[in-house]
Amino acid sequence: MNTKTGTIKKVSGPLVEASGMENAKLYDVVKVSDKRLVGEIIELHGDVASIQVYEDTAGLMPGDPVSTTGMPLSVELGPGLLGSIYDGVQRPLPGIAESSNSPFIERGVEVPALDRGKKWQFKSVVSSGDIVSPGDPLGEVQETDLFKHQIMIPPGIFGKVEKIESGSFTVTEPIAVVGGKEISMMQVWPIREPRPVKEKLVSVEPLISGQRVIDAFFPVAKGGTACVPGPFGSGKTVVQHQLAKWSDADIIVFIGCGERGNEMTDVLLEFPELKDPKTGRPLMERTILIANTSNMPVAAREASVYTGITIAEYFRDMGYNVALMADSTSRWAEALREMSGRLEEMPGEEGYPAYLGSRTASFYERAGYVRCLGTEDRTGSLTVIGAVSPPGGDLSEPVTQNTLRVVKVFWGLEAQLAYRRHFPAINWLNSYSLYLDEIGKFMVQNAGDDWRDVRIKAMEILQEESKLQEIVRLVGIEALSEKEQLTLETAKSIREDFLQQNAFDDVDTYSSVRKMYLLLKAIITMHRLSEGALDKGVNLKEIPTDLKEKIARAKFVPEEKLGELEELIKNMSNGFNFKN
Amino acid sequence: MTKFYKTISDIAGPLMVVEGVEGVGYEEVAEIELTDGSKRRGRVLEVSGDRAVVQIFEESRGLAVDNAKVRFTGKPMELGVSDDMLGRVFDGAGSPKDGLPAPIASKKLNINGSPLNPYSRDFPNDFIQTGISTIDGLNTLVRGQKLPIFSGSGLPHSEVVAQIARQAKVVRVDGKSEGDFAVVFAAMGITFEESEYFINQFRQTGAIERSTLFVNLADDPVIERITLPRLALTAAEYLAYEKGMHVLVILTDLTNYCEALREVSAARKEIPGRRGYPGYLYTDLSTIYERAGRIKGRPGSITQIPVLTMPEDDKTHPIPDLTGYITEGQIMMSRDLYRKGIYPPVDVLPSLSRLKDKGIGEGKTREDHSGILNQLFAAYASGKEAKELAVILGEAALSDVDKKYARFAEAFEDQFIRQGADEDRSILETLTIGWKLLSILPKSELKRLKPEYIEKYMKQII
Repeated sequence: MNTKTGTIKKVSGPLVEASGMENAKLYDVVKVSDKRLVGEIIELHGDVASIQVYEDTAGLMPGDPVSTTGMPLSVELGPGLLGSIYDGVQRPLPGIAESSNSPFIERGVEVPALDRGKKWQFKSVVSSGDIVSPGDPLGEVQETDLFKHQIMIPPGIFGKVEKIESGSFTVTEPIAVVGGKEISMMQVWPIREPRPVKEKLVSVEPLISGQRVIDAFFPVAKGGTACVPGPFGSGKTVVQHQLAKWSDADIIVFIGCGERGNEMTDVLLEFPELKDPKTGRPLMERTILIANTSNMPVAAREASVYTGITIAEYFRDMGYNVALMADSTSRWAEALREMSGRLEEMPGEEGYPAYLGSRTASFYERAGYVRCLGTEDRTGSLTVIGAVSPPGGDLSEPVTQNTLRVVKVFWGLEAQLAYRRHFPAINWLNSYSLYLDEIGKFMVQNAGDDWRDVRIKAMEILQEESKLQEIVRLVGIEALSEKEQLTLETAKSIREDFLQQNAFDDVDTYSSVRKMYLLLKAIITMHRLSEGALDKGVNLKEIPTDLKEKIARAKFVPEEKLGELEELIKNMSNGFNFKN
Repeated sequence: MTKFYKTISDIAGPLMVVEGVEGVGYEEVAEIELTDGSKRRGRVLEVSGDRAVVQIFEESRGLAVDNAKVRFTGKPMELGVSDDMLGRVFDGAGSPKDGLPAPIASKKLNINGSPLNPYSRDFPNDFIQTGISTIDGLNTLVRGQKLPIFSGSGLPHSEVVAQIARQAKVVRVDGKSEGDFAVVFAAMGITFEESEYFINQFRQTGAIERSTLFVNLADDPVIERITLPRLALTAAEYLAYEKGMHVLVILTDLTNYCEALREVSAARKEIPGRRGYPGYLYTDLSTIYERAGRIKGRPGSITQIPVLTMPEDDKTHPIPDLTGYITEGQIMMSRDLYRKGIYPPVDVLPSLSRLKDKGIGEGKTREDHSGILNQLFAAYASGKEAKELAVILGEAALSDVDKKYARFAEAFEDQFIRQGADEDRSILETLTIGWKLLSILPKSELKRLKPEYIEKYMKQII
């Protein structure tokens, strides 16, 4: 490899300028100084390269050497990814701790992302003489008890399988020769380049999150995009964690981008203990964590979202459903702003660079429901859910606005709801989902025949409530008719007995689609029966309260006892035998 | 051979440019010697070719391009640490301020520290009892947490912090004794009176022997406020992770710190972010706050209580806003409650402790803690709404339930929030007050409490 050495001219925070870099290409990875700190070229002027350094730059000085590796910033893909925890440039954090023998992250530590020593049992699915093209599976590795890691032909390699072996291999040992090229289980892919697919499709299936307000009112499709903006303390992180824990994806990539160290530790300690509701295996076995906490170098924070999404794409290419959570994309945007400021670029809105919009859009566009590369017809999906932390909760700021332009689901978190301990604090009046039509059929099949009707009725009642509350605020509750008062009561029931969901309660933390339907159905049935009774001249006060209490406790009914809820709905009309 | 440069070309505010330098590294400490023999110190902010931009820690007054020479030390700023730092007072440069000689350092540490590997962190989950109901009961503090106090000018945040420092202890169910504790106090740009208040508080309780103080008063050099919290945290890390102590770090007032940062940023002519603060304010603050925590396999811990005064009580101002995004919750002070004469004036609804769920419940406090916490929050929120409604429409327009909520809110402020500055309530006392207050409401409203707990605990108090 051509390694031309340049010299540092200027050091300013995480930005280093080096001269004598004639052979370097934009976005090449460079090693800075004798400490061999990892950096990436982000601008070239003649032979002067501007480099963002992914580690602390203290002590660097003009004259220090800079050498280019000639490679763009890339990730290693292969068996061993699952259950890993990486920093923003895919260095394994346990490996860093081990090799530096310190709880702190020291500089210049080089640890490979995939364990080079570990042997994996590879089973080939093709034989010599077969013609293969990119994306075709060569074989598989049983990475965990349940997860089959497909070893695919990397993009760009075609032809006849000249040699292939099953057996025990490390990730770098050759397992096959295809079209004259040796193939090992590990692929290397540049993080800023989307991995190719055959074509993008429109998704018809929701990503079931087990969170009622999301699944019922504002669902996201598999392969869709969503954003969760909210001021601090409104529960963004809990929503993201809940999705990572309970959503029905095969693989979860969780990016902690510039967030709290203790929160990442929480995930690290909690996920291995939690069981996947579908498979009963520890959740960590389907999860990959990228942790770049706020005090870790700012440039690596910028790279972390790309590192994460490239890993996610790799699993999507095997035909799996992958969900990626980025918490928080505002920190990524701020990292862009910081680098842009140091480059002395002309700032756009609020000091953010003018290319913030295009970078945001191209990041979210890497999501999708796709037909994967390969001869066989396979589909995979990558759902991207980004948290946004708008300063002061002001949604008009550039990061939120640029995100809203590209995502199709908006879960607006609100501090007022959080103060009342209404969690998840997703505002039901201003949130939206543009996937309702596409996934309508799925919901009817999986929830219940009258799902659409129940959902629309519930939304109507909530809308009505906000209108009525205005009136109550002006003239008092006495001014409302009995029916209107009933609407207020039902709305309260929807809010408290359906929308509110306690992430820390063993039963309530996850709600299946069926349970969600039954809960809402019970509330709406109660409402309709009460309406009927009012029409017959019954007083609102006479409506039995024991049913209301039963509904209030219904969300704590465990999944295996859903029959109780069906009973409750069936027998509800018995409570309405009024004599006129 | 150390080289002195007499090639200062620019001095502007806290910044100085030295030309013709060689072998000078980013973040290196510079020593400036004036012709009259006085010495100042600075730090390299940028090196470009043979030009170094140096930030001067002390006053730049009296400095001229031709009356000073600069020496670069080749090292980033370090603090000599040792056990003997306990009971001592230092300034923002790390020099003793109490007239005694500097303690003999057992080792020297880079004051910027290194980021803690999230993999090596241990999760904070020991309940700290502060004796203040609004904190213990509703916004529980745990060891290794960073929980700031968002206050406003004129509010009694100093009294509250001093009360926490006095009363904080870990109550363990098994009654086992806990490791040593220590207090590291970092004062940035506060007044002499305020500083004296804290020192006297520490002295009265005898805590002064277990405390290390770093003090930069309002008339001390502004730029030292930038290094001061880092010195304090370096001392705290030494005490916590190498000496196994449980360290409570009090940082006051972060607003002054951020102003100092803005001053340097403006002098460097950087592109400003919101309200003139530099774009890297978030990153910079995180390198302070994230130094709280615990490490796997090491006994000590660092718990941070930063204090900041919100300009115009505005929570959306960049300083509280960015702080809230980094810290694990916040304790808000309320001017309304203070005007009503309620101490401590903790604004319960917007306050939050993100780690409370790890520190409460069976085996830590009591099984009903989580339920009662949520119920009190929800009931107080409803009560406040009912009271607002009553202001517009009159008490008579409220429904019966709303009237009870309004009464609850009154009683909650008077009995739960209000307590004496010396009143050290145990967590059980706090929970009992909570149950008493909830008995004002009809049982059907207590949706967040498990029926068996209502059965068990409500009986005990009636």
